[in-house]
Amino acid sequence: MNYIPVTELEKEEMLKEIGINSIDELFRDIPEDLKFKGELKLPKGLSEYETRKALIKMAAKNTDMNQLANYMGAGAYNHYVPTLVDHLLSRSEFYTAYTPYQPEISQGTLQSIYEFQTIVCELFGMDVSNASVYDGATAVAEAMVMACDKKKTEIILSKGLHKEYSETVETYANGMGFTVKYAELDEGITPVEAFEAQATDATAAYVVMYPNFYGCIEDIQKIADAAHARKALLIVSVSDLSSMGILEAPGNLGADIVCGDGMPFAGPLSFSGPSIGLIATTDKLIRKLPGRIVGITEDLEGKRAFVLTMQAREQHIRREKASSNICSNQALYALANNITLSTLGKYGLKEMAENTLTNAHYCRDKLLEIDGIEMLYDQPFYSEFALKLPIPARVLQKHLLKHEILGPVDMGIFDEELSNIGLFFVSEIRSKDDMDRLAVAVEVIINEQRFI
Amino acid sequence: MSKDLFNQTEALIFDKSRPGHKAYFLPEMSIEKLDKNKVIPSHLIRKTEADLPEVSEIDVVRHFTHLSNKNFGVDTGFYPLGSCTMKYNPKLNENTARLPGFSWLHPYQPVETIQGALQLMYLTQLSLAEITGMDKVTLQPAAGAHGELAGIKIIKAYHDSRGDTKRTKIIVPDSAHGTNPATATMAGFQVIEIKSSSEGDIDLDALKAVVGDDTAGFMLTNPSTLGLFERNIKQIAEIIHGAGGLLYYDGANTNAIMGITRPGDMGFDVVHVNLHKTFSTPHGGGGPGSGPVGVKEFLAKFLPIPTVEYVAYKDKYILNYDIPESIGRMKSFYGNFAVIVRAYTYIRALGADGLKMSSEYAVLNANYLKKLVGKHLAVEAPERFCMHEFICTPKNIHETGVHTLDIAKRMIDYGYHPPTIYFPLIVEEAMMIEPTETEGIETLKEFAEVVAAIVNECRTDAEIVKTAPHTTYLRRLDEVKAAREPNLRYRRPVVE
Ligand SMILES: Cc1ncc(COP(=O)(O)O)c(C=O)c1O
Repeated sequence: MNYIPVTELEKEEMLKEIGINSIDELFRDIPEDLKFKGELKLPKGLSEYETRKALIKMAAKNTDMNQLANYMGAGAYNHYVPTLVDHLLSRSEFYTAYTPYQPEISQGTLQSIYEFQTIVCELFGMDVSNASVYDGATAVAEAMVMACDKKKTEIILSKGLHKEYSETVETYANGMGFTVKYAELDEGITPVEAFEAQATDATAAYVVMYPNFYGCIEDIQKIADAAHARKALLIVSVSDLSSMGILEAPGNLGADIVCGDGMPFAGPLSFSGPSIGLIATTDKLIRKLPGRIVGITEDLEGKRAFVLTMQAREQHIRREKASSNICSNQALYALANNITLSTLGKYGLKEMAENTLTNAHYCRDKLLEIDGIEMLYDQPFYSEFALKLPIPARVLQKHLLKHEILGPVDMGIFDEELSNIGLFFVSEIRSKDDMDRLAVAVEVIINEQRFI
Repeated sequence: MSKDLFNQTEALIFDKSRPGHKAYFLPEMSIEKLDKNKVIPSHLIRKTEADLPEVSEIDVVRHFTHLSNKNFGVDTGFYPLGSCTMKYNPKLNENTARLPGFSWLHPYQPVETIQGALQLMYLTQLSLAEITGMDKVTLQPAAGAHGELAGIKIIKAYHDSRGDTKRTKIIVPDSAHGTNPATATMAGFQVIEIKSSSEGDIDLDALKAVVGDDTAGFMLTNPSTLGLFERNIKQIAEIIHGAGGLLYYDGANTNAIMGITRPGDMGFDVVHVNLHKTFSTPHGGGGPGSGPVGVKEFLAKFLPIPTVEYVAYKDKYILNYDIPESIGRMKSFYGNFAVIVRAYTYIRALGADGLKMSSEYAVLNANYLKKLVGKHLAVEAPERFCMHEFICTPKNIHETGVHTLDIAKRMIDYGYHPPTIYFPLIVEEAMMIEPTETEGIETLKEFAEVVAAIVNECRTDAEIVKTAPHTTYLRRLDEVKAAREPNLRYRRPVVE
């Protein structure tokens, strides 16, 4: 099939207007020996019905987590997203539009981005934000680019930063001439001394995850003070965004740049496909922010209006001197975050966070009753906790699937030495029954497996 | 667009907040609520809630529906935004991306439970490799610019792996998109800009003058940002390769060439394509996109981790993290998967012949429209056939004092989204028109008639064009004020 609304007769009319006999003639600028001969080796096209069938069949080869009780997080957190979100996102005036270059006919997107920027600033306790970057990991990489300059070329990452985030930061740093160093954890959190041991005059920023990759809540205030004493910035990467309903905003604890990922509020996780990087900072650093920013202005007649602004930072104006190369971002999921967080509102987010905290602690306590399971680190946590298991996490995970349970994340995939560590994520959507069922299943599996 | 709703200021969602209203219902708790003060240090507990709105469900739905009414999308009307390939976004793709077996997947699910997702990614990789004539593809980059960064880093890794560290320069033509030079800088290169001819062709002598043993690579958009096929592509490839550099293809304009010619066959070593352009996935008002990168075999070992592989003897798809010389990771997880599902659906539905036909008709439509518009405005390279887009300017009516911006704004009054304006930078007053293959002859004729009408207005009543738009609620926004007095977020007024 195809989506071409031109008949043979119309085609003839067009060719005649152009003054040629066949479409092939239009390609005369392409050197003959570079023309592709024959047909691309792709399956033959299908009708709409057949395509849908083929895709349904492919999708059916996956186990949809909706049918399971999920305990996996580690950067991809599944919270409740209201049904109305997808309906509103599906309004084609939103999703079939381009970046809002023509403000007179893009006020919907522009106003929504302005509201989104406000929400991000409110969550993080910061002054300014943007229309989004790609994801939580690239947000930290962009924050590094904001923090570093010709003299300050080093960045120190807490070992409690998501491993994939650290890897992404390293990719960006390599080539830009920045050095990435690491502050080791002590009992699951990053002591100030671990940063200080690495810091030099060239240190641009300390980076810490909140709560961190092991679920532990870092004391970012202390780390902020230490960073500032060194004339370095503090970059905070918020892991589970819903934690902002209960944890003090990083901005209020001294953070200079706050990053996050809006995936939990974008819709179903889609294999992590709807990541959306959040980045916010202080007024002082505003001109270093990457990407699109929307501001308020007036039109000719003095009416309130929204436009893309401060574009002198961006690639289409500054080219090789731009603050970042980002052009398209994750706008539609910024809209989704705006809608979800507007729906939850002030008290919904708080209730979600408090319920999550309650459930996560209940679940942890239940699991700790099982013989052979211990906390990896005994630190304050929010929605995630790492447990030492008497069997490999991978094995537990495999057997839990038979009980229609997904999780925990096997920390062995990040570090072989952690193969007995399971990272459990629990949110407000888990019922007491779910968690009791998990504890029973874990106990049964451990008892079976331990003696094999 | 409903007129009444379009013609009023929509209050911010924050201004609609009224204490006590709520739009959410979370699952009832059957566990006693934990006292947060017992488990979180007090200074790390939030003192004041984030100031999110308190609204009812109907308020949320109406608010965002009203906002949508203030937007123009491809479904609203003709959107000839050059370089952006605003083709129709098939509804089928929206449905397949939302199939629970694709949408409800956690990225760390055991590999046995995501075989369909990995298969889809693998087949998309193979399809894109075939279409671009490359050997191996990664789907990880989240957009075109992100793909560029991955691609240029691969070029750097290649030179570094050979100990060839003096290659510190990337050559970029002055007609290039801003992301090209910005990317080269982010990858740690010095950017050497070379002039192109007035037709957007690369000046071979200028190129020869700047290449040398410090050349890491050359970034080229072909068809160029002027919508023209680079006739000297073979010589360019020889010059760059002869100097030991690599050739990077910005595939923003792939919609002109599917099944017709392939970057890999032209000599390019690294390619990115934009799924949100050529492969019909919606642009979402600024993303998410997806910018897969294809490379020749000798560069495959530098691709970002992880890659999706098929292990034939086990008949199993896997994520491969074991790529020792990889440039590393470009982002968390695996790419904008939901976008990839849409693009795969498109490729599967169209097949080889449908894709080729799309490119043929994209080029046919562009040339037809160029012919019609060329009767009223000056077109660049009038003697040549364009590819999927063309550039016109108001040069022929410059005595009217009307600028490209004015014409663009006037098009809005006639119900059209304006083309890309003032890009590429090398053509003064450029208007870049890309109709795509999903528009019919009637739309193209009507658009050309509108151009004719506007040009006529320029001659008879230029003021009406210079002060356009007239039919929209807002007109000519003050961008200077926005930048000088930044108001980038709402703050609730303090009540005494
Ligand atoms: C020629 C060209 N290169 C690169 C890009 C950047 O693509 P993206 O916005 O997906 O990052 C664009 C998009 O406008 C483009 O037109």
